[in-house]
Amino acid sequence: MALGGRYLQGGLGGHPPHDGQRMKKVLTLPTALETSPDFARIGVRKKPFPKADPFFRGLTASCAVLVPLLIAAIFSELLHYSLPAFKKFGLSFLISQEWNPVTGQFGAASSIFGTLVSTFIAMIIAVPLSLAIALFLVELAPPKLSRAVGTMIELLAAIPSIIYGMWGLFVFAPLMARYVQPVLGHYLGVLPLFQGPPLGIGMLTAGIILAVMILPFISAVTRDVFQLVPPVVKESAFGLGATTWEVTFKVTIPYGLVGIIGACFLGLGRALGETMAVTFVIGNSHRISASLFAPGNSIASALANEFTEATEPLYISSLIALGLILFVITWTVQVISQILLRRMYRAWSVGL
Amino acid sequence: MKRFAFLALVSTILLVLSGLAGAQEIALNGAGATFPFPVYSQWAFKYAQLTGVKINYQAIGSGGGIAQIKAKTVDFGGTDEPLKPEDLKESGLAQFPMVMGGVVPIVNLSGLGANQLRLDAETLAGIFLGKITRWNDPAIQKLNPEIKLPEVAITVAHRTDGSGTTYIFTHYLSQVSPEWKEKVGTGKAVKWLAKASVGGKGNAGVAGQVQSIAGAIGYVEYAYAFQNKIPTVKLQNKAGKFVEPNLETFQAAAAHADWEKAPPGFGLMLTHQPGEASWPIVGATWILMHKNQPEADKAKALLKFFDWCYKNGDKMAKELHYVPLPDNLVKMVEAYWTKEIKAKGKPVWP
Amino acid sequence: MKTRPPWGRKLLNLSVCLWAGISASLGLVALFWIITTVVIKGFRAFDFHFFTALPTPPGVPGGGVANAILGTAVLTALATLAAVPIGMLAGIFLGEFGQDAKIADFSRFAANVLMGMPSIIIGVFAYGLLVVPMGSFSGYAGAFALAVIMLPVVSRTTEDMVRLVPNTLRESALALGAPRWRVTLGIVFRAAKSGLLTGVLLAVARVSGETAPLLFIALNSPYWLTSLAKPTPNLTVTIFDYAMSPYADWQQKAWGASLLITLGILAVTVMTRWTLREKKS
Repeated sequence: MALGGRYLQGGLGGHPPHDGQRMKKVLTLPTALETSPDFARIGVRKKPFPKADPFFRGLTASCAVLVPLLIAAIFSELLHYSLPAFKKFGLSFLISQEWNPVTGQFGAASSIFGTLVSTFIAMIIAVPLSLAIALFLVELAPPKLSRAVGTMIELLAAIPSIIYGMWGLFVFAPLMARYVQPVLGHYLGVLPLFQGPPLGIGMLTAGIILAVMILPFISAVTRDVFQLVPPVVKESAFGLGATTWEVTFKVTIPYGLVGIIGACFLGLGRALGETMAVTFVIGNSHRISASLFAPGNSIASALANEFTEATEPLYISSLIALGLILFVITWTVQVISQILLRRMYRAWSVGL
Repeated sequence: MKRFAFLALVSTILLVLSGLAGAQEIALNGAGATFPFPVYSQWAFKYAQLTGVKINYQAIGSGGGIAQIKAKTVDFGGTDEPLKPEDLKESGLAQFPMVMGGVVPIVNLSGLGANQLRLDAETLAGIFLGKITRWNDPAIQKLNPEIKLPEVAITVAHRTDGSGTTYIFTHYLSQVSPEWKEKVGTGKAVKWLAKASVGGKGNAGVAGQVQSIAGAIGYVEYAYAFQNKIPTVKLQNKAGKFVEPNLETFQAAAAHADWEKAPPGFGLMLTHQPGEASWPIVGATWILMHKNQPEADKAKALLKFFDWCYKNGDKMAKELHYVPLPDNLVKMVEAYWTKEIKAKGKPVWP
Repeated sequence: MKTRPPWGRKLLNLSVCLWAGISASLGLVALFWIITTVVIKGFRAFDFHFFTALPTPPGVPGGGVANAILGTAVLTALATLAAVPIGMLAGIFLGEFGQDAKIADFSRFAANVLMGMPSIIIGVFAYGLLVVPMGSFSGYAGAFALAVIMLPVVSRTTEDMVRLVPNTLRESALALGAPRWRVTLGIVFRAAKSGLLTGVLLAVARVSGETAPLLFIALNSPYWLTSLAKPTPNLTVTIFDYAMSPYADWQQKAWGASLLITLGILAVTVMTRWTLREKKS
């Protein structure tokens, strides 16, 4: 009985309870029933497991704590296994282009370069597209169409990475080799960006496929951001005679800028860590090249290709060091993304 | 809630049972070189049909095979780079050859069929060093006066993983090209100097890359070219003759091997052999097993499989253009088994 | 204030809206292109042998991926068994007790971060934690890696579903004298049951297509699964091996396996989203 009085919701005011509203712990005085001498005679049953509640709370809390513990565990294990490589090469590991298993010289530069460049290409392509898609879904399309198209765009996120890799290798890369790259090379071949034989696979193809993969993530969150902008604000702008584009550009985007950047960081985080799709189409060459047509590698693809074959401890340690670098980069990006998104949601739940 | 718990309980019981069942059956695991995978997989398949003993060989590259057997995560390893006697002694491994095969350059040039293109040691090294970058380079054209070579860029396909095939190939290049020896060297994984290069995983990966990229050249064990009808090239051998890759030229090269003079562990390299009909890039592939076997039954079952392959696998090997070991070598290997491979102090074989 | 001629603004607006429509179409085009490719190429591989036979060496006809299908099912089931109880308990904490606690905030944040972690890093983690000490590639290590990936997804969806249960339900149970743990497990759980199941299905769909964490953890095997402490056959690594090979029949099987996985995942995803949307409205 006493326990039941403790959890009241939203304070003792006269508000009817809303779903999802917070339940606050409120101290209540024992009721008249409980203090009366007749109480003992009624024979209230004792709770069967008095310690069960704290135990349950402790159990669930420890499961919840497991999640951040896992992240810490991953970090410490990566650090532990990559120490030999860092001890041997020092910080020059980060800028050295050497990747020579014969002489035992390893450097992360080509992998980091490949990861960053392919992600950069993906972001350049995906961000404008995602913003446009979000605009379409929120402002332009009628509700039913918006829901249908939105679901289908989200399905892009459900397709496993290896399927993208298969499609990229067998369908998209040959198309790039036969039609797109020769054309680009012909007209823009003056720039070192577009020089080299049209292999089909390579940095550009990897970047484009990554863009398709992160598109649903950025557009879904951006769509949520656009929807969270209070209609009042948008309608005042519309009322002043602004066009849809002007409302979006001058009102919605500035209002939701924090959230949009958070969405971009979310997509960035995914692109950085993408493995299978990139492994299939990036060409797997430990070389930094100025051309977009050239093959390269990314940290994730290097791990996927070489991990099973690394024999010497230094080789394995260097690979795990690559993994550590990737972990640090993606962790930072994810944290920034979460902070930004939270800031947006928190700011707007307070209300206009 | 109850249903969920019930399902969980049932599945766990099933899994535990299956784990126990797995302990009984003889399934032998090996990992290593992709070089012999086409013939090993055929042998294992046939053997499983005949005896029920399952040999699971994962082709992950020689480097991976060596690492796995040293870490004792598999029962045997496969490698095309022979370990040196000191290394064998230190890791307690026995090493013996299983079969021999040829490493061949493969090309993807439209209009060019199998064995039409001729290359010699210098042009081959030049291409893989990145010095020769177009197919109609005068050096290549000189060797092939009757073919009009196109103005297409050369893309070099190489292995991304630790590969015994790479070892055999680079061993040959180091023998015939001082520049290669100085700049790149021999190894399971090397630094590829050619600017336009792509990597593939396993022999299969390199074959796949060459198949899909126009103007590509790669190196694979012959079975991969043969099974997938990828055009191969003629190479100039030590005697100066241009030979095609096939069973006969591989056998001719292998015949020059003097196994009596091989170091312990049979680590004999067969590249650049003399003889007019010899294919210049031939290699053996070895099996690695621990000398001290924990279970005599398992070790015996494994050796029985290898013995079956020696005695009954010739036809299957030759169909894929692998060269089976000569009889006298098989005798030497089986004597080696008796001497080296023991379980609890007693020899496992015969 | 800079004024633009009205037709200029209208033109800009029109072109932007056109661009928005084109972008949406591009997204749809990509989706349908990929799905139709997988369906067309994969369907050719579907025959009786594909679903029932063991793999054969390249060039030998009649092979299939039956062992890989079973292997993936077992790995996923094991991962689910491990991740769901822990994830649900974590989600319950976040949803029921977690509005004020700093720990809850921290855990929620961490769950979101963990969800965005590359699966190959989790694979490396499982390698160091389980493969190296156990001395063998194993299904257990593979299932562990998959469970780590599933955990934050289950936790998040459980939290969302638990939050949706109206407080009136809780209060009535508490008022009747039920202890908190009974309220949560008996009442809230039962009320959110279908939503929780949906969350679990979503996590399963996400994880059954993962390749990177299994590549060097569970490896692969051409035989039936007999022991989880050894290399375990699975569909995704099979696709990887077969796709990178030059053998046409293996490549076709890779497409068939791709179709199988894609069909399963898309079906589950569409179903669960439909259910979730109904719940939220």
